[in-house]
Amino acid sequence: MPYTEPEAPHERFCPDPPIVVSGLVNRFGDFTVHDGLDLEVRRGEIIGVVGGSGTGKSVLMRSIIGLQRPTAGDIDVLGRRITDTDLDQRVGVRRRWGVLFQGGALFSTLTVGENVEVPLKEFYPEISPKLRREIARYKVLLSGLPEEAVLKYPNELSGGMKKRAGLARALALDPELLFLDEPTAGLDPIGAAAFDRQTRDLKETLGLTVFLITHDLDTLYEICDRVAVLADKKVIAVGTIPELLETRHPWIDEYFNGPRGRSALAARRA
Amino acid sequence: MFGVVTYCLEDNATGGSRLVLAGQMLVSSVGLFEKEIRTLSGQFSEIDISGIEEMDTTGAWVVSNLAAQHDCPITGASEKAKHLLEAVAVAVGEGELSPPVVPVWERVPLSLGEKVYDARGGIIGVVSFLGAVLMSFGTMIRRPSRIPMRAVVKQMEMVGVSALPIIGLMSFLIGIVIAQQGAVQLQQFGAETLTVNLVGRITLRELGVLMTAIMVAGRSGSAFAAQIGTMKLTEEVDAMRTIGLSPIERLVIPRIVACTFMMILLGFYSSIVGIIGGAVIGQFALGIPFFTFLERIQEVVPIHDVWVGLVKAPVFGLIVALAGCYHGMQVKGNSEEVGIRTTMAVVSAIFAVIVIDAFFAVFFTEVGWG
Repeated sequence: MPYTEPEAPHERFCPDPPIVVSGLVNRFGDFTVHDGLDLEVRRGEIIGVVGGSGTGKSVLMRSIIGLQRPTAGDIDVLGRRITDTDLDQRVGVRRRWGVLFQGGALFSTLTVGENVEVPLKEFYPEISPKLRREIARYKVLLSGLPEEAVLKYPNELSGGMKKRAGLARALALDPELLFLDEPTAGLDPIGAAAFDRQTRDLKETLGLTVFLITHDLDTLYEICDRVAVLADKKVIAVGTIPELLETRHPWIDEYFNGPRGRSALAARRA
Repeated sequence: MFGVVTYCLEDNATGGSRLVLAGQMLVSSVGLFEKEIRTLSGQFSEIDISGIEEMDTTGAWVVSNLAAQHDCPITGASEKAKHLLEAVAVAVGEGELSPPVVPVWERVPLSLGEKVYDARGGIIGVVSFLGAVLMSFGTMIRRPSRIPMRAVVKQMEMVGVSALPIIGLMSFLIGIVIAQQGAVQLQQFGAETLTVNLVGRITLRELGVLMTAIMVAGRSGSAFAAQIGTMKLTEEVDAMRTIGLSPIERLVIPRIVACTFMMILLGFYSSIVGIIGGAVIGQFALGIPFFTFLERIQEVVPIHDVWVGLVKAPVFGLIVALAGCYHGMQVKGNSEEVGIRTTMAVVSAIFAVIVIDAFFAVFFTEVGWG
């Protein structure tokens, strides 16, 4: 679709579906990660992306957010084609998504509060400093961090706190789309459950669409509306967990019916 | 209108006035609204947000903040708006996001005092680092099988072989400059043939080794600090310790050995290329044939000048490597620290090299190698 900047920053894009990946091919040298991958994410859902190590979950996310230029294929995010323009010209789309990287990827020379301020300052300079500070502060609190964390530097935080701070930064602009890369990996079960709850609350309150890469079976059962399975360089199945189990694919079967899968299911039923 | 919050004051049923908001209360639109609403005169006892079409958490925050300031209720909220207002209500608080800024007249004495105080820790750090390096050398000499030959050779390649082009070019140009400038001055006494002495002695004694040391400090000393510093940040160094590998043996010793040894070769190489540069100028500008220039060098340069250069080179190499590795090992905290330590490694290495060079100059003159 023809596309010209600048766009009205106030407009909500709200296209349906918000993410469409078609025929994606990613190749590094001789190594093919994705070969003709298709995926559609529906509006307002939490989609979980699972797959064995090295099946290219993170590469898929990087392609969708424009950090990795695919070898072939098209990706539309919020109705805009990501694959044919430079990421820097995607201001309209960029300010409508939030990304949480695996390690948090906080700016290490800024405090947590200042980290959250960065996107606000960048995209909405007209907001007064006082209001910006207030927004940043309550985003930090909203993400479940204690009051005093605002003034801390990232190297003074634990892994779980870094993730929460990263979430606060991802939510700074009230995005329509949220990308989470293994948000609960490395968290204690209590922290992970709290993070799950938070993600679901945010989705319900803000009407977010969430693209979630995870290995946490509890997360999948608890909060994901649908699950996409990456294997054989493609998305082999998308659907709710019962739907996936009906496909009888060996990998899916092992994934959900393995010892861990069963205990997560038991926990869900209890 | 699109993307704008409109507002007006109306009388309400109870005789007070109410603030009626309409439009879009979004992060993109509240910036201007918030500035305007602060200048609004007149009191109101109710905020009506039934006209708000869209709202996000930022909008909800501004509305609930406004309500809190004027101590008045919010009416006409839709289901979604109520949800948002509840969500932001849990997160109230005051305070700064950045650490307080210290005024300059306090900051200067403060940082000076800190530097003086830290100097003690720095001295202890340097001494204990030197001690650790010496101890590791001791173990390695007793058990040569522990010498990480592979790493040493790899460092030699990075410090020495890949530096050949740039150091060659630099030395060649320095040789040219010395010969050309020297000739201009010496011509005034009709002594331009002494250009040969000038080029030969200055490159072999001083400039070859000194400039190479500066180049190696910039090229490799900085790399040592940055590599080891990044490894400290990513906990690689800690991982080595837990496995039982000594970071000093695995990281520091190979770099020190490689840098010390390669400095000898690079320093000599640099002097020779410098002389060749001088000879090229001799051919084209002074009328001294190229090979005559080289033969004259052998006659006028005493052999101890070569030794002076060769004695200084490994000392300089040692200093550069020690400074780079020491500062790398001192990195902790964040990525900014890597940058600071890399800078410190280069600056302190070059400074120490020049100071020690001055001592060497006096020393060699005293022992009769003047």
